[in-house]
Amino acid sequence: METKLEAIVNQPYKHGFKTNIESDVVAKGLNEEVIRLISSKKNEPDWMLDFRIRAFRHWLTLKEPTWPNVKYPKIDFQDISYYSAPKTKKKKSMDEVDPELLRTFEKLGIPMNERAALAGVAVDVVFDSVSVTTTFKEKLAKVGIIFCSFSEAVKDHPEIVKKYLGSVVSYADNFYAALNSAVFSDGSFCYIPKGVSCPMDLSTYFRINTEESGQFERTLIIAEENSKVSYLEGCTAPQFDTNQLHAAVVELVAMDNADIKYSTVQNWYAGDENGKGGIYNFVTKRGLCKGVNSKISWTQVETGSAITWKYPSCVLLGDNSVGEFYSVALTNHQQQADTGTKMIHLGKNTRSKIISKGISAGYSNNSYRGLVKVGKNAMDARNFSQCDSMLIGNKNSANTFPYIQVENDSATVEHEASTSKIGEDQLFYFASRGIDTEEAVSMIINGFVSDVFIHLPMEFAVEATKLLGLKLEGSVG
Amino acid sequence: MRNTNGGNPLVHIDGLATEIEGREILKDLTLSVFPGEIHAIMGPNGSGKSTFAKVLAGHPSYEVTKGGITFSGIDVLDLSPEERAREGIFMGFQYPVEIPGVTNSSFLRLAFNTAQSARGEDELDPIEFDDYLQDKLKMLEISSDFLDRSVNGGFSGGEKKRNEILQMAVLEPKLAILDETDSGLDIDALRVVSQGVNKLANNDNAIILITHYQRLLNYIKPDFVHVMHEGNIVKTGNEKLAQELEEKGYDWILDET
Repeated sequence: METKLEAIVNQPYKHGFKTNIESDVVAKGLNEEVIRLISSKKNEPDWMLDFRIRAFRHWLTLKEPTWPNVKYPKIDFQDISYYSAPKTKKKKSMDEVDPELLRTFEKLGIPMNERAALAGVAVDVVFDSVSVTTTFKEKLAKVGIIFCSFSEAVKDHPEIVKKYLGSVVSYADNFYAALNSAVFSDGSFCYIPKGVSCPMDLSTYFRINTEESGQFERTLIIAEENSKVSYLEGCTAPQFDTNQLHAAVVELVAMDNADIKYSTVQNWYAGDENGKGGIYNFVTKRGLCKGVNSKISWTQVETGSAITWKYPSCVLLGDNSVGEFYSVALTNHQQQADTGTKMIHLGKNTRSKIISKGISAGYSNNSYRGLVKVGKNAMDARNFSQCDSMLIGNKNSANTFPYIQVENDSATVEHEASTSKIGEDQLFYFASRGIDTEEAVSMIINGFVSDVFIHLPMEFAVEATKLLGLKLEGSVG
Repeated sequence: MRNTNGGNPLVHIDGLATEIEGREILKDLTLSVFPGEIHAIMGPNGSGKSTFAKVLAGHPSYEVTKGGITFSGIDVLDLSPEERAREGIFMGFQYPVEIPGVTNSSFLRLAFNTAQSARGEDELDPIEFDDYLQDKLKMLEISSDFLDRSVNGGFSGGEKKRNEILQMAVLEPKLAILDETDSGLDIDALRVVSQGVNKLANNDNAIILITHYQRLLNYIKPDFVHVMHEGNIVKTGNEKLAQELEEKGYDWILDET
């Protein structure tokens, strides 16, 4: 029965192909010259270059964090190329996009053609270091929504970018945030004006294609008063024997009564079963509930990457603001994940909710790390956290590291945790009712994650269910 | 006594021996069960009763070292537990496991539809299945909020056993092996569960009851009572044998053999 389980959880990665496309790759290495080169390739204004240089100089003073519960050989930051772009200029219309790229994203199931788009999801597609296309841009512009690549935003909306860039995640925040701020190449930008409820889900699809390059993108989402947006993020990468570094920064700002829902399905290449290759996913994501009654909700389904290190967080500054974090992290083989959230309560009557579901299979190591902090002025703050772990097989581990810091007596903080195991007994129980191991595992996993999946937008929930299926289903040995 | 069919046995166990981790549990066990029959297997702790149930259901931890099992004429030792279930073998667990996060209703529906497909019949959608289920719930005096709870999650011992019988009612197996279904039941639950089993018994199926105590047999009348000792059936009789066991214990039989 154990071997059956192993056969099921050892499914090959289906997005591991590489697109043969000529790329403009900057030589490996990191110094101010490289940063100036990236900035000049993007024709950036001086203020943007200044930001990068300041970040770089700060980065030089920092040391790589060693506190996460993950192990990997030291990264040689001089052995990475910090910019790689397909050698085709960004085109005005879809018809002009390189057909090779179109085929790549078609293969990944990402509709770049607006007519073919499912249920009207606007997509910004990022290939290695650059955004290759953004769909539904004009349609969204009609209601005042700006949805474009980060590079375009720097050019076309410098006043907004300048105001918010680094306002939630400063370049001095941590080692990888500083690195990203220095070398980031593209990403998505989205601005929802006052009173507008975004009529469609916005989404970015990230694809790493080049073996030697890292991906460093930034996402900035601003929701003005009384606005609402649902944002989706997806990621895949080809299968290489080497490790690629992905260090993104995501900043969200929600003003009075604004509502941002950010959903991620992360399926970067995880390395092979012996832990060779795979993406190092070191990401800083943070949302600022700046206005009263604002709400930021993170939902993540983390299934890929050799190493995941990310803590999508909420700073609850506005009174009555709400932060939510719903997470499913699946690790298999030699994968390592140290993920969770930070809920920082600063305003009065702020509320946060954390639901984390970790699934460990193979030899993987899956840790939840979360901080709930209640500041001294945060009267009547409330938090509820629930962290559940599930083990498949007995060669892996799950850990929970909850940190609670409360400086205000009126706070209510609740933490619940559980660990369960898909055991032989359960599988035999299913089998004795005619249900095979594969279906049993999928049913148990789907049941386990359902509290999180109900928070995903419909399309994404279907996608994520399929993805977990891919990771856990297959020929029963 | 119900109709005892003179034709082919539903299940025939022939000289069965099994091991777990090199330890022999069942030794040369032979038993035939015909459609329409109810057999009770009794015996002291450690006599191999539960092993027998698990081996019939195909538990992977037990290795069959000798003998065979034919069910409806087919050799089931080659079949996986799920294939045996689809052929119509059902085991009611002594200790049903909890499956957090999976609702009872979806579990029952998946099990039912798997059986339907195996029989070459149409699967039922959730609404059709709910209709089908309501009758079964009524029969077993189970309230429908049972269905929204996770499988055996936080169930009392009695509720778990009742849930086993509900699964049996839903799957309508040809052969049900009920492993100590009466243990942990209070008198009311025992009555309801027994009535359920009686309603499910017919001339086409067979039931093997594994029990410690005679009291279950006040509610379900067996055609045969077998006494198991050290992995083999050492005595076979009728209801009266069970009463005798209740009065005198097992020692006299063990001395006899």
